[in-house]
Amino acid sequence: MFKKILIANRGEIAVRVMRACREMGIRSVAVFSDVDRASLHVRKADEAYHIGAAQASESYLNIEKILEVARRSGAEAIHPGYGFLSENARFAAACEKAGVKFIGPAAAAMEIMGSKTRARQAMQQARVPMVPGSSRGLEFDEMRKLAGEIGYPVMLKAAAGGGGKGMRRVHAEAELRSAYDAARSESKRAFGDDEVYLEKFIENPRHVEMQVLADEHGNTVYLGERECSVQRRHQKVLEESPSPIVNAEMRARMGEVAVRVAQAAGYTNAGTVEFLVDRQRNFYFLEMNTRLQVEHPVTELVTGLDLVHLQIRIASGEKLPFRQADIRLRGHAIECRIYAEDPDNNFFPSPGKITLLIAPSGPGIRRDSGMYEGWTVPIDYDPLLAKLIGYGSDREEAIARLERSLYEYFVGGIKTNLNLFRRILADDDFRAGRLDTGFLDRLLSAPEPPPERAEERERVAAIAAALFAAGAPAASPNGKPANGVGAVSRWKQTGRKELLRET
Amino acid sequence: MTYEIIIGGKTHRVELARGESGWQCRLDGEEIAVDAVVTRPDVMSLIIGGTAYEVKREVAHTGDTHFWVKNSRFAAEVRDPRSLRSRKAAAGAGEGPQKMTAPMPGKVVRVLLPAGSEVEAGQGVLVVEAMKMQNELKAAKKGVVKQVLTSEGAAVNAGDVLAIVE
Repeated sequence: MFKKILIANRGEIAVRVMRACREMGIRSVAVFSDVDRASLHVRKADEAYHIGAAQASESYLNIEKILEVARRSGAEAIHPGYGFLSENARFAAACEKAGVKFIGPAAAAMEIMGSKTRARQAMQQARVPMVPGSSRGLEFDEMRKLAGEIGYPVMLKAAAGGGGKGMRRVHAEAELRSAYDAARSESKRAFGDDEVYLEKFIENPRHVEMQVLADEHGNTVYLGERECSVQRRHQKVLEESPSPIVNAEMRARMGEVAVRVAQAAGYTNAGTVEFLVDRQRNFYFLEMNTRLQVEHPVTELVTGLDLVHLQIRIASGEKLPFRQADIRLRGHAIECRIYAEDPDNNFFPSPGKITLLIAPSGPGIRRDSGMYEGWTVPIDYDPLLAKLIGYGSDREEAIARLERSLYEYFVGGIKTNLNLFRRILADDDFRAGRLDTGFLDRLLSAPEPPPERAEERERVAAIAAALFAAGAPAASPNGKPANGVGAVSRWKQTGRKELLRET
Repeated sequence: MTYEIIIGGKTHRVELARGESGWQCRLDGEEIAVDAVVTRPDVMSLIIGGTAYEVKREVAHTGDTHFWVKNSRFAAEVRDPRSLRSRKAAAGAGEGPQKMTAPMPGKVVRVLLPAGSEVEAGQGVLVVEAMKMQNELKAAKKGVVKQVLTSEGAAVNAGDVLAIVE
């Protein structure tokens, strides 16, 4: 087993990995940029090294600097987290060359999955169901012929693509030419590659993904699915496991396909196979994410497994400690991604200082957070602050616990999307499990429900505002009110009374 | 003590006096007994007629003070009618030079209107970028850009005055 691991990431995921290291008796090494000196991951690590400017290319994306810290600190392995270098095959290869173990798949497996057309070719051979379309870049005439065969609407996609770039939806042949040219030039600009292929467009699909785990001795298992249909602009907002539409029989079929996908790519460590699911519950391979996912905690809660521990064990050469038949799903888990963004202002990012933080706890609540009170959220990175995960014996209980914990959660000083989750969890379609990738846009375009008991709350706000202005005294360590502006004996008396009543 | 609390354009008159066990409060003329304690800075526990409330106070980057009751947010302006400063502030709203401040820490990516330009109400003056998103700062009223106190590429903090429109 490793004695020291470098975590090439920041924020909540770096904290998550460091916690696993501490649990396993492994020393953790943090790296940080100019603006992250005071970030939580630096505080949680055993060792920390400054690596450069705020700009990611100078720090968290800088392979040479990170490998230099690995060498200096004597770290034997690197955990990349998600984002940044986590799916960079060149980084995985550089680690291998430097004699540092990359906690993830081999570079070759990442390369297969890095190109969408190459992945489609490999999956075709492995008889994996895919959305009808081409598995290579097409010239315009070939594309027009194929689109006519599979039928409109179709989707043009960049082979090197990601994040919605180089993607065009085409409803009829008349639109094909301009969409083709636009997708190619956009892809060329974004990825330096103008290979464009074609897929049938699936109307409002569900997005369901399967977690897989493979050791370096040829054993691959699946750990159940996650429903990730609640998205905004291709960005996941809420995920759950199990999916409300996947039953045991469908899970087994989907899981077996996911295992086949992983094996066809020679995949090792933790990975996720994404599927589109249509209204008839047919599922199609979409792509494989060759890293630990943001939403891995929901799988951890329903399987009882610690995926980061297992990643580290697999990377150190251990065999999987269980077989497929040993995996049991129990209960239901739902994750909310808490972002520093303003839902009232078109979800505009809202960095800044967190002046007040009240965190929820209690039964069935897990919080993976990268923030603390007094911390200034930097402007330079992804606005994910924390993940709030609710667990219950069934979906209803998980929802109820999440709603209760959202009632407790408060982040002051910056805007967050906490109130959005109250709306999602209360929505009839959500509660009935009627989800697809258009769900959140529909919810957001509907008028916001009127606030509850608005008049009563406004009156309470007015009273509180006046009391704050009058300097209502604060509770002090000995139970007596302290330093209240102009506070005299009445407050003292009240404080004493309260204290006596309690004891 | 008497305060005027303005929430959503509506003015509430709150009169406070210390009572037997807590505050005797008169809200818009109605007598209400309030038991209040600040449990930590900016968090107040209130008991009103047996109902418990926790109210959080938050000063936003825009300078507005928010009071949260459960999950409802109220932007409130507090005026002490006896205080000269609040009387002045009340009289001066909407008049005089407008200071355009950065709503969040970020980077100025574009100055759309240099000093001396005429500006319409709602017209963008500067573009500030944060977390890879761009935000246009708009003039609240018609006038002239009197001063631009920043330049393209400059890093700014929340609350920094970036331009003055008069």
